[in-house]
Amino acid sequence: MRIQVLGTGCAKCKLLTANAEAAVVALGLDAKVEKVEDLREIMRFKVMSTPALVVDGVVKSTGKVLSPADVKALLAP
Amino acid sequence: MSRTLRTALLLAAGLAAWTAVYLVLQPLSEWLSYGALGLARGSHLGEAAAFFLYDTPKVLLLLVLIVFLVGIVRSFFTAERTRAILAGRRESVGNVLAALLGVVTPFCSCSAVPLFIGFVEVGVPLGVTLSFLVSAPMVNEVALVLLFGMFGWKVAALYLATGLAIAIASGFVLGRMKLERFVEPWVYESMQAAAGFEPERLGFTGRVEKGLEAVREIVGKVWPWVLAGIAVGAGIHGYVPEGLLASFMGKAAWWSVPLAVAIGVPMYSNAAGIIPVVEALLGKGAALGTVLAFMMSVIALSLPEVIILRKVLRPPLIAAFVGVVASGIMLVGWLFNAVL
Repeated sequence: MRIQVLGTGCAKCKLLTANAEAAVVALGLDAKVEKVEDLREIMRFKVMSTPALVVDGVVKSTGKVLSPADVKALLAP
Repeated sequence: MSRTLRTALLLAAGLAAWTAVYLVLQPLSEWLSYGALGLARGSHLGEAAAFFLYDTPKVLLLLVLIVFLVGIVRSFFTAERTRAILAGRRESVGNVLAALLGVVTPFCSCSAVPLFIGFVEVGVPLGVTLSFLVSAPMVNEVALVLLFGMFGWKVAALYLATGLAIAIASGFVLGRMKLERFVEPWVYESMQAAAGFEPERLGFTGRVEKGLEAVREIVGKVWPWVLAGIAVGAGIHGYVPEGLLASFMGKAAWWSVPLAVAIGVPMYSNAAGIIPVVEALLGKGAALGTVLAFMMSVIALSLPEVIILRKVLRPPLIAAFVGVVASGIMLVGWLFNAVL
């Protein structure tokens, strides 16, 4: 599973990254959370508000900091 | 009992409690300062304490209510929906719509660039996009509440109306200037069909939760600044002689407006952080137009924002953007100083 957090490096993006990592640990998933900070990379996902969460190439959420529980709900099968 | 009904009842109870607390604030603060604390009516300390004890809960209560309501309104909008509304609008109507949508669309200055690209990609005119980018940070609900709570509804209404006017006019002027060639070319190269990201279907309870979330996030962040602002205000109320700054920041000094804007533009602060300064300046006799111009230039334009925008805009366009918006703010400053 590939989890990406899109954002240009603001506080909210860091928070979402930390929450996503917490969710991965809590679920015991074999996944790494990547940060995507390059603008052109971000625009490739056609996202207009950051931070955004991408799972396996699919945009799951934009413009908000999901809590660890929110991310768990998105990741759980 | 259904979930919606329960939410509605809780909401009604919350609003009733809010109103009750709001109504007893004035007598309670007077009783506390003059009765319980035993301070003398009309003394410096007594006046300052009564002001602080009344204004702090009042402003915090107003803040909670307005941020909650704005949070609910914003749950109906996303950047994607706003873009869909603006796509294909002609300039004048588009500028007005963009400025209004800038107020109600959730926006964080760190996503200014993705938003800019997203708008331009689907053919929203450059000037219309810029109207949005001016209005979103400038017309701010926290600033609105604080101005209302501390200086009354007239100042708050002036701030709202002129903030929108500056956003509309500067976007329109910038659009007329035909500056598209100064947008970094890769922005247009990446142009492609837009992916739709629909706002969530939330229902009544979901929207109330959004409002509460906004209260937690925004009020949780700005309350120390609000306290600082009111403490400064209380100090001035009781102690500082009026008219201290009147000689060089008063109405007579026309150059104080451009000076205030020149100092304010590079500065970066959130709306709540700037209010203590506004309060201090006004209290010491600075003219309202000068102070509003300073506040607007601090929250609407900043060095960090310019650096972020540099990734998509070339220097001539950035210079035009800052120049036109700053001129608009100066005009508003002079206008207030002239008519009030």
